[in-house]
This record gives sequence, structure tokens and C-alpha cells, in this order.
Amino acid sequence: MTAVAAQRQVLLRQQVEEFLYAEAALLDAWDLDDWLLLFDEDAKYEVPCNDAPDGDPAHDLMLIDDNYVRLAARVTRLNNRRAHREYPHSRTNHQVFNVRVRELPAEELSVTASFTVWRFRAGRSSCYVGKYRYRLRRGDDGFRIAAKRAELDMTDLRSVGDVAIIL
Amino acid sequence: MSTGVEPWVTPATESAAQLPIVVDDPAGQRFRVHRSAMTSPEIHRAEIDRIFAKSWLYVGHESEIPEPGDFVRRPVGGRPIFMVRGVQTGDVNVFHNTCTHRGALVCRQDSGNSKVFQCFYHAWTFDSEGRLKGVPDRDAYAGGVNFDELGLKRVARVESYRGFVFASFDPGIVDLRTYLAGAKDYIDLVVDGCGGSVEMARGTNQYSFAANWKLLVENSFDGYHAESTHDTYFKYLVSIGTDLRGGVSGRPVDLGNGHAVIEYSAPWGRPVAKWEPLFGEDARTEIDRLRGDLVARHGEDRAHAMAEVNRNMLIYPNLIINDIMSVTVRTFYPPAPDTVDVTAWALAPSNEPASLRHRRLDSFLTFLGPGGFATPDDIEALESCQQGFAGGGVEWNDISRGMGRSPMANDEEQMRVFWRRWQHQMGAAADLAGAR
Repeated sequence: MTAVAAQRQVLLRQQVEEFLYAEAALLDAWDLDDWLLLFDEDAKYEVPCNDAPDGDPAHDLMLIDDNYVRLAARVTRLNNRRAHREYPHSRTNHQVFNVRVRELPAEELSVTASFTVWRFRAGRSSCYVGKYRYRLRRGDDGFRIAAKRAELDMTDLRSVGDVAIIL
Repeated sequence: MSTGVEPWVTPATESAAQLPIVVDDPAGQRFRVHRSAMTSPEIHRAEIDRIFAKSWLYVGHESEIPEPGDFVRRPVGGRPIFMVRGVQTGDVNVFHNTCTHRGALVCRQDSGNSKVFQCFYHAWTFDSEGRLKGVPDRDAYAGGVNFDELGLKRVARVESYRGFVFASFDPGIVDLRTYLAGAKDYIDLVVDGCGGSVEMARGTNQYSFAANWKLLVENSFDGYHAESTHDTYFKYLVSIGTDLRGGVSGRPVDLGNGHAVIEYSAPWGRPVAKWEPLFGEDARTEIDRLRGDLVARHGEDRAHAMAEVNRNMLIYPNLIINDIMSVTVRTFYPPAPDTVDVTAWALAPSNEPASLRHRRLDSFLTFLGPGGFATPDDIEALESCQQGFAGGGVEWNDISRGMGRSPMANDEEQMRVFWRRWQHQMGAAADLAGAR
């Protein structure tokens, strides 16, 4: 890799990191309507089961398999006082690191990152740990999410109970 | 209400409670459960001895281990066991997962295929039928050790029904078919509705929460809570085009031996075999064909029961088979009075068309899954109950709904079936004198 290419790669990663930090801030602020605006309308949000992290929603059971319509419904639900598990909301802290970026054809990026998502509610704490896989597109005003997938490293959900929050 | 199934009566070696924790008053149309049933460590210990050690407990499904040497390991009744298909016999073997030498686990992966199970501690080696095949430095043992007797220990009783494998730690328990009583017919409806052959989809839901396990029994076939607790889920269904006007209508059935089911019609579609617009026009032909096959094989009445009727069934004490917009097989165990460990699978026809399998899994994760739009709110409700119990002040839960009428699916008769059996099996261990 030439010095110019390496510098470009560093800059690209910094731009992606800034985007992921901004996304995390929206989630932690429970500003879900603005968070939804980051997604293209053909986007997917997926969380596979703990024992099948390579799960394919076409034939494997997933924990979450949202297209844009259901993602929007998830936001609507979480904004509703009758989403009892998350009313009142948990405090969350989405932490993103080990970010790696690979350029794909058609102005798309493949991004992997590690995450820890802490969740605090009613005196209890829990922590989700895993790997994000994003497919990002370059838009006129920054990146757009084409796909977000959160693969959990915990062997099961015993310590966290459910995935009612957005990872 | 009754299926006419003869109840299995446990030998009367235990005395009944003088002041039962479950108070069943048919004349007064009142049914109450003392909340110590959910909070008392003594009652929890008695449940482990009297219920979990003395019942048939679900282990897994034969389809999980189709090939010789295939195995799964998991706790059953809180004990580490593994289930393996024997290489020589083809039988489903269920073993205590412990080396007969000094105790270490011999199966240390959740699933896989192996001809041998070697304890890594001292390398004692067992085959898939449990026989002890290898002991390093065997000459060091004198004649007092008979290695033929040191094979893996089988769980006392193992039997299966329609591929559902159950085990019991009680060597004297009645056979599985007698135990299942009226529940057999409902397992048949599920399996025959799937064309006679079923499997578990890949991907398991394993979650835990801070509530007593019996609250999950109640919740798993509680028609009364759906509208209030799951308002956001039903709003979601409406938003994607499901017509909820049909409502829910049905009844509970006492299946004997503590098992019970609610069967009812509901607005949602079913991959076997009730089409709704959400499925899309393409799926309509396939669903019509499935339903036609069921009518041809089983007649219109039974095909209707398979295709259009929903079932939420408890197989006492801790197996739920809910055949609704998808089919869940869910089992659970209480490591403590206020904790429950849940494991759930999605059951499906073995040769299901890909589009219907996708639809089935989609409906499962949206309603039944811990990342969906309903189960998290159930967890919140049950934890909330458990927190309410801790405060004291109110001593009793009321489970009387529907006693004054022919009970409906959104009444609580199915819960009373469970609780009567629970009190019977607990006997003097569920006595108010001890609880207070």
C-alpha cells in the first residue's frame, strides 16, 4: 500500500468511526426517530441466535430479522409507553471499537467492529458483547446504513434476559 | 372440559397438606394460591425433589440427532445430561454427563457427532452406547473393579412420543404414554398437521429472568393478558395488514395429570395452514395445497383442528408446546425460587417449502422470541409480579376467572388444572403452616 493509499484508509476509518459514534449517541439518547433516518429503505437489521451466529433468516431462527418496515415498527413500539419492558427506558451505553473498513464495489463499505452495550434499569445491569457487521453507502450528506448485523459473543441470553433494546 | 382420561395417581406415600397452599373452593367459585409458592426457598427445594425428580421431563427431539453418533448436551431438571444416537443400535441414549471414574463431564460440546466420549481428565473413554472402552494403565487396578459396570450412567427412564424425547430420574414412574394422557392427542395434532415429520429449526432461544417458573407456566397459556400486555404487538400486526376483527374464541381442556391446553381461533395466519393477506398471493396456492392434503388424509374436522385452531399446551410440569402463528417448544427450570432458565426452539415440518419456513420463523421471532415485540413484555410482567410478591402485605393470588361459567380460552381453568396437580404432588410440602 502506498503512503497515500494508507493515509486514505486511515481517513476513511476515521470517518466511519465518527459515523458509528454518532449512531451510538442517538441510541443512548433514545432518539430513535433520528436513528431510523440513518437507514436506507431497503436496509436490514439482524441479530442471530447465540448458538448460530452465522444464522441466515431464510432458514434459521433469528433473534431479530427486521426489514425497514419492521425496523420502523420497532421504533414506533419502543416510543410507546406500552412497550412495557422498556417503559421506563433502560439507560444504555453503546461502545464501539476495533473498527475495520473494507471498500466494496458501487461506493459501498463493509465495516466490522466490536461492541459492548451496557444496559441499566431498575437497579440491575447487563452487558451485551459481540461483533457488528455493517454495510454502509455513501450518501450526499454522509453514510447511510444498508445493513446492520449484531452477532453476540455471549453463549446465551441468560445474563441479559432479552434483546428488547436496540444493539 | 374433561377428556375422560384416567388421572395417574401417585402412590400415597406422602401425606396431603393440612392447610394447602392452593385453595380450591368450587362451591364458593374461588381459587387462590398463596404467594409463598413463588417465593419460599423450602418450597423450591421440595419442588426439585417432588416434581422435577418425579416427572417426565423433556430432553429434546429425535430430529436433533438424526445420524449415528449425533449428540446434544443440555441440562434437564437442572442436571447435566446428554442425548446421543447410538452408533451400534441407532437408539436414542440419554446419559448423565459425568465420568464414572471421578466425575468430570464427558460431553463438553453443546452438539456434534462423535463415536466416542473421552473424559479429558484421565482419558477414560466411552462409546456412544455408554460402554467403557478405554482406561489408561488398566493393569494398575486390582480385581475389585469391574469395568463392565462402569459404563456411562443412563438416566433412570427414557421414552419418546412422536419424536419428543422425555427422561425421568424416577425409576418407578408410569410409562410416558400413560403420563401424557390426553396430551398425546394434541401432540398428534401438531405433528400430523406438519405432515407427520417435524424438526427443530437451527437457532435456539436461551434466556433467563427473575421470576418464579410457575408464573411462566401460567403466562404460556394465559389468554386474558394478551390484549393489555401485548397491545404494541397487536398494533404492529394491524400496521402490516392483519385483520384482528375476528378476535379470539375458544376453550380450555383438562388433559389429565396436570397437563392442559387452550384451543381457540385467532385472527393471525398459520403456516399450517391458514392463509392471511400478509403471506402474499404466492403463498396462497401452497397453503391451499397443504390444507387440501390434510383434509384428504385426516378428514375435514381434524384438518380444521390442525389448520385453523391454535393450541397453547402445558405438558406438566415444564414443557410448553404452543402451536399458534408458529410452533414453539419451550422448556424451563428454576435454579432458584425467583429465577427461571428458559430454552425454546421453533418446530417445523421437515420438508417445509422455503417461503413458508421463512414466514414461520419470521412470525416466531416477532411474537415468541426474546428480541420480538411480545416476549420482553411478558418477562417484564412476570418479573413485576415477583417483585410485587416480595413486598408482602397481600398473601394470595386469585385464579378464579371463569369458575362460574363454562370456562373460555381467556379464563384461568387451565392454570387451575396445573395448580391442582402441583398441590397434589407437593402434598405436605405445600402447607400454609410451613409457609408462614
